[in-house]
Formats: sequence, structure tokens, C-alpha cells
Amino acid sequence: MQPLVELNQVSLSYGAEPILSNISLHLHPGQFAALVGPNGAGKTSLLKLILGSLQPSQGEICIHGKALNGRPAPRIGYVPQLETVDWNFPVTVEQVVLMGRVRRAGLLPWPSDADRQKVRAVLDRLGIPDLARRHIRDLSGGQQQRVFLARALIAEPDLLVLDEPTTGVDMHTAEGVLHLLAELNRQGVTILMTTHDLNTAAAHLPWVICLNHQVIAQGPPEEIFTEDILNRTYEGDMLVIRQGDMLFVHQKPHGHSHRDVIPQPVPGEIPGRTL
Amino acid sequence: MDVILQPFQFEFFRNGTIAAILVGGLCGLLGVYIVLRGMSYIGHGLSHAIFGGAVVAFVMTWNFYVGAGLWGFLAAVLINQTTRRTKIGADAAIGVVTTASFAIGVALISRYRRFTRSFDAALFGNILGVSLQDVLVVTGVTLMVLAIVFFLYKQLLFTTFDAEVAQIYGVKTEWVDTFFSLILAAALIASMQILGVTLIAAALVIPAISARLLTDSFNRMILLSTLIGALTGFLGMVLSYYVDIASGATIVLLQASVVGLVLTVTSLQQRAARRLIHTHL
Repeated sequence: MQPLVELNQVSLSYGAEPILSNISLHLHPGQFAALVGPNGAGKTSLLKLILGSLQPSQGEICIHGKALNGRPAPRIGYVPQLETVDWNFPVTVEQVVLMGRVRRAGLLPWPSDADRQKVRAVLDRLGIPDLARRHIRDLSGGQQQRVFLARALIAEPDLLVLDEPTTGVDMHTAEGVLHLLAELNRQGVTILMTTHDLNTAAAHLPWVICLNHQVIAQGPPEEIFTEDILNRTYEGDMLVIRQGDMLFVHQKPHGHSHRDVIPQPVPGEIPGRTL
Repeated sequence: MDVILQPFQFEFFRNGTIAAILVGGLCGLLGVYIVLRGMSYIGHGLSHAIFGGAVVAFVMTWNFYVGAGLWGFLAAVLINQTTRRTKIGADAAIGVVTTASFAIGVALISRYRRFTRSFDAALFGNILGVSLQDVLVVTGVTLMVLAIVFFLYKQLLFTTFDAEVAQIYGVKTEWVDTFFSLILAAALIASMQILGVTLIAAALVIPAISARLLTDSFNRMILLSTLIGALTGFLGMVLSYYVDIASGATIVLLQASVVGLVLTVTSLQQRAARRLIHTHL
């Protein structure tokens, strides 16, 4: 089967500093994969290589078997980190979602009827049909994530790329986003996302790629989330606890509690309760 | 009504007013993109760069519009490329490129002292100097800018909102930026005669921030900013006739009062809204 995304011995360096070395990676249509690794491991750089906004120093990147050669990758929907968005910018949800159709945009400045229908359909699909006329600042974290997901989905991409979709939102919202992504994946959308949260990755994603300048391991989380692989990925002491089908990853306890770090803490006060 | 119409019996005033309305609207329109991208200083810088180009064009006996236009466009592209390809931020790149370019103009003027006086108009604006040819140039530039903004509306919006992501979605942001530099340089040259190099920055920024305070909608911000620019251009001209103040300064002072008024009204509204919430609680 032809992979949707194919990286052949790809390296990337800024000046003398290598960011990624010798990455070979295949992503097949219908896959749902997470890219995990410590800060500075090159996760975002790897995404940008696949998106075509960074060029590899060595190696080749193919989408649908065709080399990118510096062009933006066709038919890829991208959801940036929410914290990179200018929330004060005067745009409505509808305008943001319509940006996703810019490749097919007509010459006129206003959206066509077909554009409007597409926006309504995609907002419906993501469960936020009433937000079209809202300003983007007036949304909750989960709604913000859905709006930018809608912008990516409106162009009906073959591949959905998300940078840290669960960062900056609370646990409950992150859970909602991941279940939404899982549903999209069941509908046939191929998804690649980065994340810091190993536990949610373990619980929701069928395929995980551990990255630290190179691919340390990849596979289903229950197979590759071992202490050995995670120690090499994070260059630290990791603890993996298995409980039935569930898997928990934690930084190994250092044999200390907060009492060892702060021996004489200033206690808080609970109003109305006498000591 | 007569009071407003009286100065229009003079041809120079009619030319000047048409030019001021067009230039005001033009700066208002382009200012929206500049303010939203956080590049307010570009207008100030670029108009200084163009001044350098104008002096060079004069010394080399090139056509003013061709010489200054080419110079301004190149300066804008240079700023853009420096920002894209190096660690230097847009603010610093503007500071270096445009000031150096202005310095070339100053250097040439000090070398050939004999034509110092004729550049007063370029620095501070001179409505008496607006010829029919200038009006035609301003009209041409306005039509060109309107056409480019109209047909690139979606691409410009996406690039202004998030240039990096726009590129990923297939917008040719490098071209969008180049086109924008081109129309900005053209608009600044067209504005030089009316507003003067030193006052253009205000005409770019003030209508846009007034409009931003008044609306959260991008489309409405575009319309309002253009309207505020054109209207203050017109009223500024009429006012400058009666109070006998330089046209550029009158327009900018009028715009400054508009933004002051808008600030006052919007903050009063906010306070009233807060009080309303309090009484309802």
C-alpha cells in the first residue's frame, strides 16, 4: 500500500545544530498517530517539514508518492497551537473557517453561497452550529479548538495535522477534543498530532512515534511505552504502571515529597476554620 | 453650505480636495492591514525612504513618480526580505533601511544646497502644489489599490491574520506581501504632496485604530477606516482654508481628535455597560 506521507532519511539542521537526523517514517491513509518527545526534540519541525513550510537539509519527503520540493503540501489541513493565534484580531468564526477554502476561493471578496453552506456543514459536523457569527475571542477553549479544526476540515483534507491540540485546555476539554479526533478518524480522516501528554496519548491513540532528534521507537502505545524507550526519549527516569488495559506514565519519584523541597512552607488559611 | 462651498471656486483647492479625499481613504484602507499586522511604523519609515528616492530622482533628472516609486517599493521589499530571512525583526529592519534611505536624500540635499527649498513640500505637504497631473496620479493609484485589495481580499485577510499558516494553506504569501509593498509605496508617493513625509504615518494609523475601537468585524473595520480617512481628508481641507493652517497638519489633527472622541465614547460606553451589570446583579 502506498503511504500517504513518506519520509526517507530526512535530516534538518539550523546552521551547525542538527534538529532532526535520519528520520524515516511512513503514515498510511486512515492512521491516527501521535508524535511525542521532550521540548526541543524537533516535533514541531517535523510537522513543518511534512507541511512543506520547512525544507529538509537532506532526504526526501513524499505526499501521495510525490516529492514536495519546497511547495506547500496539497490537501493537508493544519491546526496550529491555540496560543499562536491572535485572539484580538477582528474576525468571526465564519471568516476563520472560510480561510480553509482559500485555495478554491473565487475572485470576489465575499463568500459564495456554496462557501456558506460548507461552513454550516462543517460547524454542524463539529457540534458548534450556532457560532458562525461570533468573534473568535468570545469562545471557550474547546470551541476555539473546534473552530480551527473546522478551518482545516472544510477543505476536505487527506491528512489532518495538529500541533499540541491538548495543550492549554483543561483535562475535560482535552478529552473532548481527542474523542472528536477519534470520531473523525473513524470517518476516514488520517491524523498526525503532537502532544506532551503521554497518558492521554496512551489512552486514545492507536499509534505513537517517540521522537528525540531521531525516531526512538514507534508502534501501539501498549507495546512501545516501556521504561527503556521512554527513558531514551525523555532522557530521564520514567515510570510505567500497567493496570489491566490501562497504562500510566509518570516521572519516577525521586524519593522525596514536597516536604523535602520546601521544609518550612507558609501554610494557607481556610477562612472560617479554626486551627 | 456657502461656507463649505466658498473655497471651491479656486481650481487649486478643488484639485487639493479631491486628492485629499482619495489619499485619506487610501491611507485609511491600507492602514487596516498595517495596524493589524503590528507594523504601524512602516508608513513612517517608508515615506522617509521615498523622500530619499525623490531626491535621487531629482538629482538624476528621472521622473519623480518613477524614481520615488521604484525606490519606495525596493525599500519595502528589502525590509520584507530582511525580516523573512534573518533574525532581524520588522521594527529594526524598518529603522535601518528607511533611515539610511532618508539619509541619502538629506546627504544629496546638503551637497547640492541650491534646491533645498523645493523639498519643503515633500516634507510637510503643500496643497497649493497639487496639479491636475497629481490628481490624475492619485486617482490612478486609488483605482489600482482598490482593484488589488478587491481581488486579493481573502488572501490579504489570511496573510494578515497568520502569514505562516496562510502559506501552509496554499496562499502565496510572498506574492501577497510583495503586492502589498507595491500598493503601499504607490499610496505613500501619492500622499506625499498632500500630507508630507512627516505626517503620513498618522493618516495610515489613526483611521484604522479608530475603526478598530468601533467594531470587531474585519469588513466593517475596512469600510469605517476608509470612510474616516476620506471624510477627515475632506473636512481637513475645508478647515485648513479657514484657519489658515497647512493642509497635512489640519487633516492629521482632525484625525487625532476623531480617535480621541472615539476613545472617550467607547470608554464611557464600557463604563455604562459595567454599571448596568452592577445594577442587575
